Amino acid sequence: MEPSLATSIGKIQLDRPAMLASGILGISLDVFNRLYRSGAGAVVTKSLSHEPWEGYPNPTIFSVNGGGWINAVGLSNPGAPNFAKMIESNQDVSIIVSLVGSVPEDFEMMIKEFTNCKVTAFELNLSCPHVAKVGLEVGDDPELVKKIVTTVKNSTNVPVIAKVGLGTTNYLNTVKIAIDSGIDAITAINTVRAMAIDVETQRPILSNKFGGLSGTPIKPIALRCVYEISSKYDIPIIGCGGVSTWEDAIEFFLAGASAIQIGSAIGDNWINVFDDINKGILQYMKQKNYSTINEMVGLAKKF
Amino acid sequence: MKWWDLQRNSNHTTIVTIEKVIDETTTVRTLVFSDTVMSTVLPGQFAMVWIPGINELPMSVMISKESGKAAFTVRKHGTASTGLFNIPVGGKIGIRGPYGNAFDIKSGKLLLVGGGTGLVPMMRLLTFVKPTDDVTVLIGAKSKNEVFFEDLANNLLKNNLHNVIISTDDGSYGEKGFVTNIVEKLVSEFHFDAVYTCGPEKMMYKTVQSAHSRGIFVQASLERMMKCGVGICGSCCVDEDLVCKDGTIFDGNHLSKNLEFGYFHRNKAGILEDY
Repeated sequence: MEPSLATSIGKIQLDRPAMLASGILGISLDVFNRLYRSGAGAVVTKSLSHEPWEGYPNPTIFSVNGGGWINAVGLSNPGAPNFAKMIESNQDVSIIVSLVGSVPEDFEMMIKEFTNCKVTAFELNLSCPHVAKVGLEVGDDPELVKKIVTTVKNSTNVPVIAKVGLGTTNYLNTVKIAIDSGIDAITAINTVRAMAIDVETQRPILSNKFGGLSGTPIKPIALRCVYEISSKYDIPIIGCGGVSTWEDAIEFFLAGASAIQIGSAIGDNWINVFDDINKGILQYMKQKNYSTINEMVGLAKKF
Repeated sequence: MKWWDLQRNSNHTTIVTIEKVIDETTTVRTLVFSDTVMSTVLPGQFAMVWIPGINELPMSVMISKESGKAAFTVRKHGTASTGLFNIPVGGKIGIRGPYGNAFDIKSGKLLLVGGGTGLVPMMRLLTFVKPTDDVTVLIGAKSKNEVFFEDLANNLLKNNLHNVIISTDDGSYGEKGFVTNIVEKLVSEFHFDAVYTCGPEKMMYKTVQSAHSRGIFVQASLERMMKCGVGICGSCCVDEDLVCKDGTIFDGNHLSKNLEFGYFHRNKAGILEDY
């Protein structure tokens, strides 16, 4: 039997397992359509706030010698109401809407905006490492996570994913609280708080000083987190962090992820990366005689 | 070329020192620096330029007459461009790139249409024309005190059959009127093998229309809000195209199908605004 790239992350069904990660390219429906045609199984939008945000001044991104990027774009986005209007005409693309906020009411208000849109899932950004009062600051507060997840789950029937990262609270506790509050899936991990200093001018390069490290350097860390979560809890996982080849994708499946997200690799390999990864996964499945992605998920845990 | 240039990670910021500052007009300056990588970039390619402590912005790479050197020509406008404009000789800036595609260099009778600092890639293109090419350069400006690169264009074309035409909106120098009216007149009266343009979007839009509607090969270099320059952040999208990665240069065929070109650009939050 021909292998299939289709995968399910709990209730979320996708034709292909590689999604566009949040924060990347996510402001135009035309671009979403192009990514979908290029092989992405879903696109996760930029994290939306209720009001439009301009983000930080440039420099907002820095390329690390040896691989990876540090970014502090600052969650620039057109705001949930503008964004919802733009994707109202969406027919074809599996869109996962990423949201940021400080209190449960922020999320509740934004979700209402998407009532008339075809949305595959909501992803709660509980882990952006470079903007105050949202992201990691929320993810590091267990009581707040509980309130937000509970509120969001009560305000929509669409599946809800929590995106976790490495903050000051053990992320496994954040995962547990999210699960106990009814979350449908976990995305792990976000970028890791980092910085860069120019030795010639002796100043931090990013305008925000601190940003989030992404790309190949964080892949082993992300893989470890996926493995830990899947070993400890029974919850569908989306692996995110440094995936740039089909081998990386397979590693994440073996560690326990049912799907993966791709971000930084687009800066290096452009959007062909989706098609390359899909082809590589299919080849591997043929070779190993798997017909579904699901058969591979978590296999490395038996050792 | 030095060995470390060969190994340089083009995405990594390299610090260079400004060696010369040329005042082109009261608001436009050319800053010259040494860098073997930037000195050899193709016409239309750009660099992300870091002004330490101020900002980072995309800049088309300008030529320098001296080998191993390159330049940026900047008009002071916002925080970033004014910051760059004010960098003195001896000041340091960071550069990464080159990024983006380049103009397709055709032969024969060529028309180059530039406005403001959009003339930068046009000047770089002039260093790639063959001696057998017949080249018309059209420089548009609001008024006489904003005209620059006229002598440079004549100089670069001194071995070619050529014509440098200036038009000012107020008629204070050269021909009076909008540069796009002259484009329309030229392409309707004469044969051209290729048209290239860079400058204000409305100027490029009309230039592309004039040429493309007559079946003339035309390319325009687009400008959009840019943050990363490498196809990650998405800020510079125009319909489904990313200016940094798919462009900045697009041809008439492609642009005629693009519904945002000539009408909309996105602001820092990613919201579409009218031009």
